[in-house]
Amino acid sequence: MSTFEERKAGFLAIELDGAGYQNLAAAVLAAESAGFHAATFADAPAPGRVNALQRAAFVGPVTRNIALVPEVDTVYTEPFHISTQLASLDYVSGGRAGWIVTAVDSSEAAAAVGRSHVSGEALAQEAAASVEVGRRLWDSWEDDAVIRDVATGRYLDVDKLHYVDFETPADFAGPAYSVKGPSIIPRPLQGQLPVLAAASLVGEGLVPVDSVDAVLVSAPTPELLVAEVRDVRARLGAAVAVVAELDVVLDSRGQPAVSRFASSAESGSTAEAGRARFVGSSAGLADVLDSLLKEADGVRLHPAVLDVELEELSRLVLPELRQRGSLRAPLQDGTFRDLLGLERPASRYANTTIAAIGSEN
Amino acid sequence: MTQHNRAIFQPTGQIQFGIFFQGVNSGTIWKASESGSQTDFESFRRIVQTAERGKFAAFFLGEGLRLREHLGRPHALDVAGRPDAQTMLAALAAVTRNIGLVATQNTTYNDPADLAHRLSSLDLISGGRAAWNVVTTDNAWTGANFRRGGYLDHADRYKHAEAFVETAKRIWDSWETSSGPARPVLHEGQHYTVDVTPRLARSAQYRPVLFQAGDSPDGRDFAARQADVIFSAHPKFDDAVEFRRDIVARSVAAGRGANAVQIMPASEFILAATDQEAQEKKAWVRSLQIGPQQAIAYLEQFWGRELTEYDPDGPLPEIDPAVEETSETRGSGFHGAKARQLADQWRAEAKDKGLSIRQFVTSRTARVDATFTGSYTAIADHLSEYARVGAVDGFNISPWLIPTGLDDIVNHLVPELQERGVYPTDYRGTTLRENLGIETPVRSTESVPA
Ligand SMILES: Cc1cc2nc3c(=O)[nH]c(=O)nc-3n(C[C@H](O)[C@H](O)[C@H](O)COP(=O)(O)O)c2cc1C
Repeated sequence: MSTFEERKAGFLAIELDGAGYQNLAAAVLAAESAGFHAATFADAPAPGRVNALQRAAFVGPVTRNIALVPEVDTVYTEPFHISTQLASLDYVSGGRAGWIVTAVDSSEAAAAVGRSHVSGEALAQEAAASVEVGRRLWDSWEDDAVIRDVATGRYLDVDKLHYVDFETPADFAGPAYSVKGPSIIPRPLQGQLPVLAAASLVGEGLVPVDSVDAVLVSAPTPELLVAEVRDVRARLGAAVAVVAELDVVLDSRGQPAVSRFASSAESGSTAEAGRARFVGSSAGLADVLDSLLKEADGVRLHPAVLDVELEELSRLVLPELRQRGSLRAPLQDGTFRDLLGLERPASRYANTTIAAIGSEN
Repeated sequence: MTQHNRAIFQPTGQIQFGIFFQGVNSGTIWKASESGSQTDFESFRRIVQTAERGKFAAFFLGEGLRLREHLGRPHALDVAGRPDAQTMLAALAAVTRNIGLVATQNTTYNDPADLAHRLSSLDLISGGRAAWNVVTTDNAWTGANFRRGGYLDHADRYKHAEAFVETAKRIWDSWETSSGPARPVLHEGQHYTVDVTPRLARSAQYRPVLFQAGDSPDGRDFAARQADVIFSAHPKFDDAVEFRRDIVARSVAAGRGANAVQIMPASEFILAATDQEAQEKKAWVRSLQIGPQQAIAYLEQFWGRELTEYDPDGPLPEIDPAVEETSETRGSGFHGAKARQLADQWRAEAKDKGLSIRQFVTSRTARVDATFTGSYTAIADHLSEYARVGAVDGFNISPWLIPTGLDDIVNHLVPELQERGVYPTDYRGTTLRENLGIETPVRSTESVPA
């Protein structure tokens, strides 16, 4: 019985990178109980940063409702490993996993695995290929491939397992490769994990829009963000969810955000060039988010200092947004697909019933 | 303090247990009504928490990077499909406190800097409980799932593995102090180059513990040089004593102490209150592990052809194998066996002993050698003998039932072993290295280029 207002209500994600690994469980539980719908985990190479997918897996069993969405690079990683790891994350989180597709542009990352540096348009090609491999492998076991049929002694129905036979396209910029399949793990609980990517990576000639479920949209200022969200929606169409990216620095514990910002900038927080930043009071942020959530399907917040901002967000900002009806209620025991309003898809390999429909009776 | 002669092996008088949760095999029975899911997180949680209640040293996950095949299609009969080891172990780290978390990871289809980073991540997340079981699968068939394809000659696999492990160790060694700064690690080798400045500091146990699984002379030498623990294939007493002698000799030759490398053989336990009951239970377990279809399929792997018209309760097929070598046998570890020779040999043996196909296959399957069957007290006495002479440091148990397959071991066998003083009554510490009693590595400065 959802009213228009409820349908318009959006979701909030929070970047948990600032929690490191020691206080991870406490941080994600705080975010979950504050009412955040999703937690994301940054993974670009940085000193002290523990693998994002493993951080997401670690918090899987200690949480219940919050979606867990790690960044995973597509350029210097093995698509077969990524696909298995993400499917496994879906198992350990009870269907709450997603994937933020990244394409690392870094000569250090290339040197670490002994490959040549990939840059420019080739990055999107690598990402597109990895996403395609991942998605095919997730489909390579149909949902009912495990049959445990005692009478015939068959654990699997091999007709429901499929070779994916992926090959990089002819115009692929990097070294060509192929992946045979099938996966080594049954289909993920969600069938397909929701795939997210920066809007700049998605579109014609880049990662195809129909291979992502949501895009992350950035703009240099909060004011420009709404316009950018509209532009991206116009460019990519209505089928893809749009998530706006926002850094936040809040007044806290008697300290104005502006002065906190000056010191957090020095200590090198999660801030990224080109991403809008809100610096100010909780009430001010609630206004900004209220209008953003009218345009975007969701907003991802990047707190300047996780503990501090999370406290303000949970005490003041999220309750205010719920009050105004601009924030959705947390999903109880739902999947990440449920949150994004996505159906659970059938495997692309599922046998379409070849039935002679009423033709010769 | 007496100075022990490091060249002479000293039994510790103790054994420890690990559990090997196998996702792919015919040993885990799925036909019994008690059998649960192989992939649900709850199965993993249940079994790891039972193991921890029984003070198990470690929880192992295996790895296979391509689905096994039978006569050119995925193999339908056995349990198959398993989560990625490190992802699952990271999740299990959140619901356990002391047990070690061992990920089997291949040196052929991983990149050293990336794998070292992920293992460090697991080690940090778990508070110093991670281990790496180094395996060296190298077939082009598995390689078809990876960017590089099947690029490694069989003869090169341990050379490659050794360079890989050395590089990983240098990455873990590269920190000046436990918190920094790190020095870059460079490796230029036959198969790849690595140039990386490590990003993660040492864990509470310095670096992940290294296990090795692989039994050839090259494999044993590699383990003697590099590993902390060998996941061996020699659980029977005499064989275990001989294997220990061999590993001690190889470790001493490699310049490490006689006690430097621990040994934990793969094993299966079928236990009950009395020996009689245990024997009956074993017959039941085997009947579910090797059903009629499994027996035929087993022979088909070697014959390279369908044998479905043969009666599992009749004699072995007279028809000859369709292949020279059993290369069709994808992923079962029998590559290269001479098919015809083997068929003749098996037919003769089965005829001699009067065995049907099913009885013959049951008698041949690998786990038969790795099984301890008997009453709790008899097996506790038997294991105490291993501890007394130091035949092994422990056993890596594959439960034949998921997720309740450790219950009787933890409830009945462990207390008997504790009473005999040969099994820990509690964890010694919080890291795997402490719990196994393995020395903290000394940072080697020569391994870090200036
Ligand atoms: C007890 C044991 C467990 C093993 N587990 C795995 C495994 O989980 N995954 C894998 O790829 N190889 C596994 N192996 C295979 C070894 O890594 C190696 O490839 C194989 O034994 C051949 O090497 P070798 O000739 O030195 O024995 C295992 C081997 C042993 C003895």
